Amino acid sequence: MSAAGEAAREGEGPYLRIEGVSKRFGGFPAVDDVSLSIGRGEVFCLLGGSGSGKTTLLRLLAGFETPDRGKIYIDGEDVSAVPPYRRPVNMMFQSYALFPHLSVEKNVAFGLEQERLSRQEIRQRVGEMLEIVKMAAYGPRRPHQLSGGQRQRVALARALVKRPKLLLLDEPLAALDRKLREHTQFELLNIQKRLGVTFIVVTHDQQEAMTLASRMGVMDHGRIVQVGTPSEIYEAPATRFVADFIGSVNLFEGRVTEARADGLDIHCAEIGAEMRLACGPSSAAADGTPALTHGALALARGVPAVARGATVWVALRPEKIQLSRPGAPGSLTGIVKEIGYMGGVSTYLVEIASGKLLRVTLPNSARQSEHQISRNDTVSLSWHSASPIVLLR
Amino acid sequence: MRRFGSPSGRRLVAGIPLAWLAVLFLVPFLIVLKISFSEMRLAVPPYAPLFASHHGVPVPELHLSNYAFLVSDPLYASAFLYSLKVAAVSTAVCLLLGYPMAYAIARSRPSRRTVLLMLVMLPFWTSFLLRVYAWIGLLQNDGIINNVLLYLGLIHRPLVMLQTDFSVYIGIVYSYLPFMVLPLYANLEKHDPALLEAAADLGARPFARFLRITLPQSVHGIAAGSLLVFIPAIGEYVIPSLLGRTDQLMIGRVLSDEFFENRDWPLASAVAIVMLLLLVVPITLLQRSERRELEARR
Repeated sequence: MSAAGEAAREGEGPYLRIEGVSKRFGGFPAVDDVSLSIGRGEVFCLLGGSGSGKTTLLRLLAGFETPDRGKIYIDGEDVSAVPPYRRPVNMMFQSYALFPHLSVEKNVAFGLEQERLSRQEIRQRVGEMLEIVKMAAYGPRRPHQLSGGQRQRVALARALVKRPKLLLLDEPLAALDRKLREHTQFELLNIQKRLGVTFIVVTHDQQEAMTLASRMGVMDHGRIVQVGTPSEIYEAPATRFVADFIGSVNLFEGRVTEARADGLDIHCAEIGAEMRLACGPSSAAADGTPALTHGALALARGVPAVARGATVWVALRPEKIQLSRPGAPGSLTGIVKEIGYMGGVSTYLVEIASGKLLRVTLPNSARQSEHQISRNDTVSLSWHSASPIVLLR
Repeated sequence: MRRFGSPSGRRLVAGIPLAWLAVLFLVPFLIVLKISFSEMRLAVPPYAPLFASHHGVPVPELHLSNYAFLVSDPLYASAFLYSLKVAAVSTAVCLLLGYPMAYAIARSRPSRRTVLLMLVMLPFWTSFLLRVYAWIGLLQNDGIINNVLLYLGLIHRPLVMLQTDFSVYIGIVYSYLPFMVLPLYANLEKHDPALLEAAADLGARPFARFLRITLPQSVHGIAAGSLLVFIPAIGEYVIPSLLGRTDQLMIGRVLSDEFFENRDWPLASAVAIVMLLLLVVPITLLQRSERRELEARR
């Protein structure tokens, strides 16, 4: 994004502002008191499972639904009651919703014809846009004569040709096969950067959200549970739901036995150990050598304020656990129950003394070596002191 | 036992309706075609044989006189044109009434849709003939409509409605409306609501959405419904006989008069053949439209 755009973003405040928006369908809250601010030129991903309210929120932005409560501002203007055909917003539908009786050119021209622009201008802008999405050669074709990827480009062109202030994309890549999807993700970002349009992308695919988003919002039961950059959400999930929804995670329930200014003592029955969580980055191997331990869990991001006796959860990402053989005395040990080979990495299911299964992901770079871990091996588990996260909910 | 769906089994399934059509349509058609080229005779059957025997050798005798007579007597042209006009106007009225009905049914909640479709088909539970007779009771000079209007003081003399063009249109539109509504409904019901949302999103107001999205996509439904009304309306016999004018006949009535009153089978056959040729044009159009729809869906 250009420096000028950045300045404009700071000068104007949020470009899209959603304030306390709720929408119920037959008594069921589809979107529940959502507030959100999105800056100009952002690619914001709404991520959630089916029924989480992400699509309803998108439809509220497009104007297909009107909020029961709350307001939506775009570029400072209250659009809550503006019908879709007068909103400065365009949408790319999950099904693409291309008009089957119109050619590619006519599909893209449709929105401009509604603005009653001159034929000359329509032709020029349609041509430019088809050029951008690399579909210029397909102008006279009908949608049913195109492949899935080509239809997706036409749908994108049709939505972008109106130069919307906001482009809403509903599962933009869901209908594409895996290889094409990866390629298209980057192309979508290129076009977004080139045109500087603010994108709001709804997706259920966390991988897609992580790749596309400058920021993302995780939705559950009609509420936004957490907003942040992809790495913030992955590394510091706010709740068990987020930790579990984004990537996979090992969760341990524990009870706070001591709460001090610089850390927590947590008793984790499932690990079978007393864990001491220190506060602040100082404890996280200040000398640069990673401290691999399970006895003392250090928290680089700080320990939340909790009372003694409170129930908390400790989250540990599978790729942050190390396995070594043979099991060193005094360390946390377990038995490898399953190994899932996934090409670049392998996933190990390790059963520890309490009977809990831990998921561990290791790169396969050392798979051919003699230290290879196989099923039913006894291994010791360890992790960097900064890796565990304490969750209150 | 033969495997299900074997080629011969498939041929059998397709063969039954084909045989049905051959026996009950193609053969009678050829007989009628044959009679149309012969001459009337006061005999049984009342027409000359197609092959006259000249010294023991059968010689075909083809007479075009029946067709020539159809052209020369303005009665037939007038009846044909009047039938075309009645069919065209009735079809247009059916379309204007049926489109909003079909659209409303297609857009209603699925649970209500069944009820509404049932209501469209409800008149079929009573005989067609009885329903047309009922219209006589409604439309005649001392019928229900006139009596109510007189009682309310809206008119002082009964309106002449029966045996007019108006009563023919009423009868045909009333009888054939379901044939317009059902194919239109079948078409409109398949429309993807996301297309209308996409059009709205691209700036199209409600009327523009109808004109540019719904209407072009329902062309095939309009064609199917229109032809289902137009084709039988041209040859309609019962409705104009019971409700229609006495000074202007429709072609179906002419055909029946030639056949039963004048016992001129060859002329009646010629009328039937010309009528069939007139109908071949819209039927071909219907088939082409259906084929195109199938291709577009592929």
